[in-house]
Amino acid sequence: MFRLRSSLTPNGTAGAAAAPIAVPGVARAEVNRFLPRALLAPAVITLFLWMIVPLVMTIYFSVIRYNLMQPGEVGFIGLANYEYFVTDPSFWTAIINTLLLLGSVIAITVFGGVALALLIDDPFPGRGVVRVLLISPFFVMPTVNALLWKHMMMNPIYGVLAQVWHFFGATPVDWMADWPLLSVIIMVAWQWLPFATLIFVTALQSMNREQLEASRMDGARYFQQLRYLYVPHLGRSIAVVIMIETIFLLSVFAEIFTTTGGGPGDASTNLAFLIFKQALLNFDAGVASAGALVAVVLANIVAVFLIRMIGKNLD
Amino acid sequence: MAPKPPVTAALVGRTVAAWAVTLLIFFPLGWLVLTAFKTELQAISVPPLLFFTPTLDNFVEVQRRSDYLLYAQNSVITSVISTLLGLAIAFPAAYSMAFFRSKWTRDVLMWMLSTKMMPAVGALVPIYVLAQTAGLLDTRLALIVVFMLSNLPIMVWMLYSSMRDIPNEILEAARMDGATLWQEFRRVLLPLGMGGLFSTGLLCLVLAWNEAFWSLNLTAAKAGTLAALIASYSSPEGLFWAKLSCASFMAIAPIVVFGWFSQRQLVQGLTFGAVK
Repeated sequence: MFRLRSSLTPNGTAGAAAAPIAVPGVARAEVNRFLPRALLAPAVITLFLWMIVPLVMTIYFSVIRYNLMQPGEVGFIGLANYEYFVTDPSFWTAIINTLLLLGSVIAITVFGGVALALLIDDPFPGRGVVRVLLISPFFVMPTVNALLWKHMMMNPIYGVLAQVWHFFGATPVDWMADWPLLSVIIMVAWQWLPFATLIFVTALQSMNREQLEASRMDGARYFQQLRYLYVPHLGRSIAVVIMIETIFLLSVFAEIFTTTGGGPGDASTNLAFLIFKQALLNFDAGVASAGALVAVVLANIVAVFLIRMIGKNLD
Repeated sequence: MAPKPPVTAALVGRTVAAWAVTLLIFFPLGWLVLTAFKTELQAISVPPLLFFTPTLDNFVEVQRRSDYLLYAQNSVITSVISTLLGLAIAFPAAYSMAFFRSKWTRDVLMWMLSTKMMPAVGALVPIYVLAQTAGLLDTRLALIVVFMLSNLPIMVWMLYSSMRDIPNEILEAARMDGATLWQEFRRVLLPLGMGGLFSTGLLCLVLAWNEAFWSLNLTAAKAGTLAALIASYSSPEGLFWAKLSCASFMAIAPIVVFGWFSQRQLVQGLTFGAVK
């Protein structure tokens, strides 16, 4: 019996490609050297184009003067766009906001998610309904999420939170004006907490119940169980949650676009939104492209950490 | 574990706590649904109304003012077609990598994932310019292609991890018996890989339906999806909360209900099979 995996050598394609005759059994072994590449090719090629074409264009745009409103005046200007983007005071604000948003949402969803998952892990009346209600925010589109919180929850006069503040005799908070970044963090965390919770609940189902029982018999306190049994068991799923959330959180856009518009000032502008502002509000495609490349570099730095982490955890 | 746990103080405490937190988290959504059935005056009443006579006027009004059905149609078409197209490309690729491993398989997978880590905004200017040049701004086609491409890495990963659970020996046996590639696909791979295909499709449908970045930047009145329609309700002066809620409710209801039914597959799929 031939081993398919070892029969696939890097240089094996050339001859095999010429022999796709469908004689059962024998010819299949030949076809099998060509086939995997042919099947893989569409995905690799489309993804490669999707990556390389915008990248090359972005690099090109980033070194020319390129204003979308003045398409005639194009000329090579070296690194001026980068200099402009990086020395813009908004730049560091945006980087810090991006990382704050990423870090806070991950912290909230991981800690909150683990706590919630532990809470609903054991059966109780209505657990199925709780599960369904809990996951719902995850399916809400970002623009609805944003407007729902901006108006119905956080409006300083009519919003529900304002009423709660009144009830406790406090002065309602003008969320969008005074705490714009925190508001965005709350919205995004509300969306991702359910996701994290459900992943952790799924992971907890494979906990070794006998081990838990035994540790309880041996007099382990709940905190000790948490420290030595639950948290190690959840390690892998925590890694997965962090990875997936990072992919989506580095490019949070719609929540900012629909609520604060990045403001007041730059208070809630993240890198994605700053680049958007340069491109479609200032029409400066050159500066926006330089910014995009900076964002890609930042994403890659984060990605290297992540890929190391998953590499360790997914094998 | 006992199927019927005895009623203890701990159980009561846990139940109350779990329900309290859940209702707190669900509250904004529930409130949105309630507001969708209020009049504009009821929507901003102080203190907020919990009990009122529901009205359906908002639904009529939203359709009349902003042509909800057109946007809904755009959402359905772009998400369904981009998902199907993506599956057609991702499935063969996942099959190839799961059953014909080479020394590059791991690198290819990691590379694919890394393309997903590039922020979409990094490609905004080029894609915008390309779409403009090709005359594809504000068309469904542009959205379909972009949704498909941005979900492709996730599709390949999910399908790959679901197919890794299928023993290679079954496929080899089919081949030894002289099954053609089509027969192998139709009789062996499809039945066994149905679960993975299903959950991948579901997830990409949800992601495409909720996608906002590209729909906001590439479309306007003709090809806009529901996500873009809702953003247009974000006028600073507009205190039309009932209509906003109603439009939002109509935009999310299909996908939330859809999500309820498929949550188990979705969550397992999204972890690339890493969490069982």
